[in-house]
Amino acid sequence: MITKRIIPCLDVKNGRVVKGVNFEGLKDMADPVELARRYNAAGADELVFYDITASAEGRTLFTDILKKVAAEIFIPLTVGGGIRTLQDFDRVLKCGADKVSVNSGAIENPGLIAEAAQKYGDQCVVLSCDVKRVGGQFRVFAKGGRVDTGLDALEWIETCVKHGAGEVCLNSIDTDGVRGGFDLAMLDAVAARVKVPIIASGGAGKMQDFAELFRHKGIDAGLAAGIFHTKAVQIPDLKAYLRAQGIEMRL
Amino acid sequence: MIAVIDYGVGNLFSLSSALRYLGLESRITRDAKEIEKADRVILPGVGAFGDAMQKLQSTGLVPVLRAEAQKKPLLGICLGMQLLFDKSYEYGEHKGLGLIGGEVVPLGPYLADPALKVPHMGWNALHLCRPQEPLFRYISEGECVYYVHSFYARNCRESTLATSEYGIAVTGAVKNGLVYGTQFHPEKSGETGLRLLKAFAEM
Repeated sequence: MITKRIIPCLDVKNGRVVKGVNFEGLKDMADPVELARRYNAAGADELVFYDITASAEGRTLFTDILKKVAAEIFIPLTVGGGIRTLQDFDRVLKCGADKVSVNSGAIENPGLIAEAAQKYGDQCVVLSCDVKRVGGQFRVFAKGGRVDTGLDALEWIETCVKHGAGEVCLNSIDTDGVRGGFDLAMLDAVAARVKVPIIASGGAGKMQDFAELFRHKGIDAGLAAGIFHTKAVQIPDLKAYLRAQGIEMRL
Repeated sequence: MIAVIDYGVGNLFSLSSALRYLGLESRITRDAKEIEKADRVILPGVGAFGDAMQKLQSTGLVPVLRAEAQKKPLLGICLGMQLLFDKSYEYGEHKGLGLIGGEVVPLGPYLADPALKVPHMGWNALHLCRPQEPLFRYISEGECVYYVHSFYARNCRESTLATSEYGIAVTGAVKNGLVYGTQFHPEKSGETGLRLLKAFAEM
């Protein structure tokens, strides 16, 4: 049977992996190629790279890093950050990415997902969505979680999936970096609306958080950054623990 | 030398990186002479069947592939594997290369459990129907490989080498004579995938 996936996420800024809390206060953590090697050896099922640099030089540095990782690590790679056009898709796919994650780019240009899905296939297009509760509603935030778009998250996600997003990565701003567990209520609400695979992101603090996550129907993968970077949770231990809990894992 | 067929479908970066990583000489090519000279052929592919078959035909390589498949091992990967079959029902009905008997059909209608998602995406364990097969020389029962697909090959029991369970036994690897195919992506299946590519290069 298909396994649940454990995905470390590397936020890359100017060629270095960084990590923040509630999307703020970035700290320098590690060299991305080194870290990717470590996660691959540890049994990560997939790697996600977010390019959070703004400058053109930073972007070039990022594609170089991506090529280096893709040349020696043979597991699926998802790349996001600053994806606004089909040319952006093309650029990262040519560097070895398998999937491309779009966030603000899809909000600015609602046609982007459909165009990309048509050209590269649904499986290649990941909708990444930063969501926060505002007045009892799940609201989509853009620009790295800084701008309230006013969009209802559940409607937005459903629309994007209809247009061809083959996977949804749901980042809860409310639980991000706090390590108090995944945002299960938010995840359940999304899982009830769409049938594509869902990657849960934001809030993982300990191994039990993943076990609880995978007991919820319709969640396919758990993504985390900080706890893996700091080795607070080691991937081989986590996967062995989850397997012992009766959750399908690739060991 | 391994000839990786370039017909404008999919991303060959990972596959050529994987072959290079294994120290295997490969060339991405659409040149008939080069394919004839090669001692192995890999037919990759991502996307839709009809479109891919049309692109392959427009390269003029179909007769070359048919002829070479009698002489040397050929490996189709993902959509490349599906193209080896007689036909596909992906958005219409399309003729394939006919190197392996069977057909490619949508996965969705065959999945009894509505909780199972399409595409079948992620890591799934391999059940080796023929563990003695040279392609599995370095692989054991139950190892996980990476799949991404919405269509699958059926009516091909005689040529099936391995399956993965997803509500049904999804055709994972096939063989007819020197023609091999994997529905999963060995170039994205970590160490397990690399070992399979190594075995393909050695047999």
